[in-house]
Amino acid sequence: MLRKKTNGVAKGPRAGSLLSSLTAKTLDRRQFLAASGVAVGGMAALSLTSGRVEAATPSTGGGEVVRKKSVCTHCSVGCTVEAEVENGVWTGQEPGWDSPFNMGSHCAKGAAVREHAHNERRLKHPMKMVDGQWKKISWDTAINEIGDKMLQIRDESGPDSVYWLGSAKFNNEQAYLYRKFAAYWGTNNVDHQARICHSTTVAGVANTWGYGAMTNSYNDIHKSKAIFLIGGNPAEAHPVSLLHILKAKEENNAPLIVCDPRFTRTAAHADEYVRFRPGSDVALVWGILWHIFENGWEDKEFIRTRVYGMDEIREEVKRWNPEEVERVTGAPGAQLERVARTLVNSRPGTVIWCMGGTQHTNGNNNTRAYCILQLALGNMGVAGGGTNIFRGHDNVQGATDLGVLADTLPGYYGLSAGAWGHWARVWEEDLDYLKGRFATWDKNGKSKAMMNEKGIPVSRWIDGVLEAKENLDQPDNTRAMVLWGHAPNSQTRMLEMKEAMEKLDLLVVVDPFPTVSAVLHDRKDGAYLLPTTTQFETYGSVTASNRSIQWREKVVEPLFDSKVDHEIIKLFADKFGFTDRMFRNIAIEGDEPSIEDITREFNRGMWTIGYTGQSPERLQKHMKYQHHFDRTTLRANGGPCDGDIYGMPWPCWGTAEMNHPGTPNLYDLSLPVSKGGLTFRARFGVERNGESLLADGVYSKNSDIKDGYPEFTMQMLMDLGWDGDLTAEERASIDAVAGPKTNWKTDLSGGIQRVAIKHECAPFGNAKARAVVWNFPDPVPIHREPLYTTRRDLVKDYPTYDDKTFWRVPTLYESIQKNDFSKDFPIILTSGRLVEYEGGGDETRSNPWLAELQQEMFIEVNTRDANNLNIRDGKDVWVSGPEGGRIKVKALVTERVGEGVAFMPFHFGGHLEGKSLRDKYPKGSDPYVLGESTNVVQTYGYDSVTQMQETKATLCSIMPA
Amino acid sequence: MALEGQARAKFLCDAERCIECNACVTACKNEHEVPWGINRRRVVTIEDGKPGERSISVACMHCSDAPCMAVCPVDCFYQTEDGVVLHSKDLCIGCGYCFYACPFGAPQFPQAGNFGSRGKMDKCTFCAGGPEEDNSATEFSKYGRNRIAEGKLPICAEMCSTKALLAGDGNEVADIYRQRVVNRGFGSGAWGWGTAYEKKGA
Repeated sequence: MLRKKTNGVAKGPRAGSLLSSLTAKTLDRRQFLAASGVAVGGMAALSLTSGRVEAATPSTGGGEVVRKKSVCTHCSVGCTVEAEVENGVWTGQEPGWDSPFNMGSHCAKGAAVREHAHNERRLKHPMKMVDGQWKKISWDTAINEIGDKMLQIRDESGPDSVYWLGSAKFNNEQAYLYRKFAAYWGTNNVDHQARICHSTTVAGVANTWGYGAMTNSYNDIHKSKAIFLIGGNPAEAHPVSLLHILKAKEENNAPLIVCDPRFTRTAAHADEYVRFRPGSDVALVWGILWHIFENGWEDKEFIRTRVYGMDEIREEVKRWNPEEVERVTGAPGAQLERVARTLVNSRPGTVIWCMGGTQHTNGNNNTRAYCILQLALGNMGVAGGGTNIFRGHDNVQGATDLGVLADTLPGYYGLSAGAWGHWARVWEEDLDYLKGRFATWDKNGKSKAMMNEKGIPVSRWIDGVLEAKENLDQPDNTRAMVLWGHAPNSQTRMLEMKEAMEKLDLLVVVDPFPTVSAVLHDRKDGAYLLPTTTQFETYGSVTASNRSIQWREKVVEPLFDSKVDHEIIKLFADKFGFTDRMFRNIAIEGDEPSIEDITREFNRGMWTIGYTGQSPERLQKHMKYQHHFDRTTLRANGGPCDGDIYGMPWPCWGTAEMNHPGTPNLYDLSLPVSKGGLTFRARFGVERNGESLLADGVYSKNSDIKDGYPEFTMQMLMDLGWDGDLTAEERASIDAVAGPKTNWKTDLSGGIQRVAIKHECAPFGNAKARAVVWNFPDPVPIHREPLYTTRRDLVKDYPTYDDKTFWRVPTLYESIQKNDFSKDFPIILTSGRLVEYEGGGDETRSNPWLAELQQEMFIEVNTRDANNLNIRDGKDVWVSGPEGGRIKVKALVTERVGEGVAFMPFHFGGHLEGKSLRDKYPKGSDPYVLGESTNVVQTYGYDSVTQMQETKATLCSIMPA
Repeated sequence: MALEGQARAKFLCDAERCIECNACVTACKNEHEVPWGINRRRVVTIEDGKPGERSISVACMHCSDAPCMAVCPVDCFYQTEDGVVLHSKDLCIGCGYCFYACPFGAPQFPQAGNFGSRGKMDKCTFCAGGPEEDNSATEFSKYGRNRIAEGKLPICAEMCSTKALLAGDGNEVADIYRQRVVNRGFGSGAWGWGTAYEKKGA
């Protein structure tokens, strides 16, 4: 019999039965976890030995092992990553047990992140394309050549001809700095993935009740009595969220209702699965609401006191009787009656949605319809309820909040003169200098200051390049494109994108990986690749979907010849000559701007959404004492963070000194504002058509104003006689801004917020949510057929919009929909995620631990369609789209998709129309797995408010290859 | 709570919770630096894409009376006092007989050289290493990390996204699972319930 080898030295605790000796010491942990309600499996059985937590993990090296806490860089759940670092090398990854978000858990991606910081397939040096070949160059040469070319373009065509596409992979500090950098360059042509992810959510939800973010949290789902999930597949896109969802399902017996055209891995765990036709969300939701209104099941008191415009919704919903709903959505009326009854009988319930709802030409209608469902049920502003909108990337919430967007400065201040005035004050910048950086454009005899005009959204950058100059609402075409942390294959119309990339004067990619941008085009020169780092090679704050902010530690130094994003931004600022201005309040060490100084700078300006109380010191403290926070309420009970909500989810009002705990659930009247309570925001005026928009007789706990009220201004404090509560310093600061006209958003002292909260009032007022958004194309959300549809019979009843020009570009609707493509392209095509990959997949397909699990791009085809089309499982097929793209992929014949619907994941790239582009990558930097991109086939179509791309409902044809 | 000396290493995968996220698979790869082509753990899905779809994560089950041990012609297997089934890659001849015997497809055979030789067998160690000295470089290179010697549990279970996969002393695992079944209500959680009684849950 074999025996354990030793070298004669006794080795610690391994005497007798190791397992049982460990077991005897697990009581504390086990009891704690049982009390917190999540029975954690493995840990309970054996874990804590004397050496468990502090002790080094011995491995192959010999150096001291240091523990670093970071946050996963994939989705928005915000899982803590515990890294073990030895001699500067990341050698081990341990579960982050202390995090209330993941409690040690990870998905395939999170459990594999260590590889990203070793990755051999990274982009290792700055590269330049010379005669069609990638050639290594120095950073100096790269910045100089790129900078010179940009300055030349600026000279010839103006600053708007350079497009600065940013990233949800930035941390908050980098995101803020990037937006500020674009302002100093002088363009609003800056945007990021949020445009094509949840822009319709942000617009729809913010316009309903004030803020455009997830209202509650993943943890708060523990309290839900029902979970209604539509257009999302969190089992693959946010796997650790299922830890929280399944807890509610198991312990509250909460029914899990999944509505999706596809029987997803999430649907596999549902109590009720509703299959419906892609693009018919509004009809489906109105179909459910029809039963609620018909039976008088709505929360009448909630609607009376806190909702404006529900009667107009009622009128629209009346037409959505079960027959019409089934005609449009395919979902049977009896099933929706059951769903409605379940939601009514299981309150509070939460509504969850993702990209299945947002990525449509009428995506803003979908998101508002979901909100209205919750308003009708009275499920808003209550633990266990809310709209739990799962954001995509790890910091897409933060990058949105910090304004890496074409339509706003940081904090959703917009682009008005007042917004610029505010940020110029924060930056201590001369407003006229900033004005001078932007173009003034004369069109049709009218002069336009481009600094106040929305830029071109990322979804449309290719049109900025390809559209005839005279059709654009800016001086010239886009001539230089910077793709900074962006996968181009996550965007539709890729053949046109290829053309656009080739037409540009200059193409710059800044990314840890070469990305598909390095290989899609056939350029011979004028293209650069600059290696940046992952977030494990730097530090700073990151905002999870629930608005909580976490602080990452640096795990390892930048790999290869890569530089951190904020350093690269600084190098460009040097080149353009505004470093002294842009960094006047930010220390720079070497070439690296101080992260903490950047945090403090945005703390001084982000009053609108309460990013002001989360100082670096408070954030670091929260990470250190993660284990003090309750796993469900997220509130610290005792300890140095006593009373705080984990990560101080915004709004965290006032200054850090004010010590606001953060707001766990938005709009919750049952708590005082000082403890995280809130009202609906008074954002849309105080009355409309003679009807008050303010809350009717309801208010947050302990409020000194016992009714609705408008947003706070200095004048209002004076009228209330509360201005005496201001300190002399606060008063001086307010006077310096705009005197009595200074409001809670522009007061740099935070005094107005402090005084309002002293009286337990919400600085932004106490209003009703509005079910009718009168300034949107469809004030009442209505169903509109997709541009490409097989249901020609529905086009005349539910037509799309008229063509229009907005966001600087002409945008087509009716002129596409009027053509019938359904004869040649009879299958509905939709797309989505796989658990192993993220986004365009350049990073994850370069990770061998992940890549091994998904090696082939595929299309899911229903069995009946497959047999009718002579398609066999596992064989190659050609998939063609109505705009000309075609791709060769493997067929996966399955009942997962319904008849007439096909699905493709969007993470693949590196093949184009049947050909591999592997040879075009810089040597040694090609991802392990390449494949065709679904977006070669995906078509035109943009949301009527935000220019979100349509990826969830188009058409295709499929034939055997 | 197990009595001293009576722990029994067991895995249990709760099919009501497993969402086929493959965290167990990549966590294993990460921890042990298992090369491409070797999967000590896999997630198996049945009824894929249909109502009733369920997944479970499968690796070596560390059988009490392990068939691999019984059939091995060179007797390269051994069982620890905790019931973890381990083997010596020095003794293994790569014949694959254990592969015949294993009811779970646990043994893995890397490409080791010319003519597609199957190489030495590799499988899940319950994160308990092998016969080399605990946490030595040799042990790591042949068998991966020895978490058990470090006082930690198998990484696959520790990192499971939904805590579907449980690992540890069988008694503790059973306690946790029992508590879950009670929370879910009678009959609704147990794997095989539907097969046995032709209905799903309460």
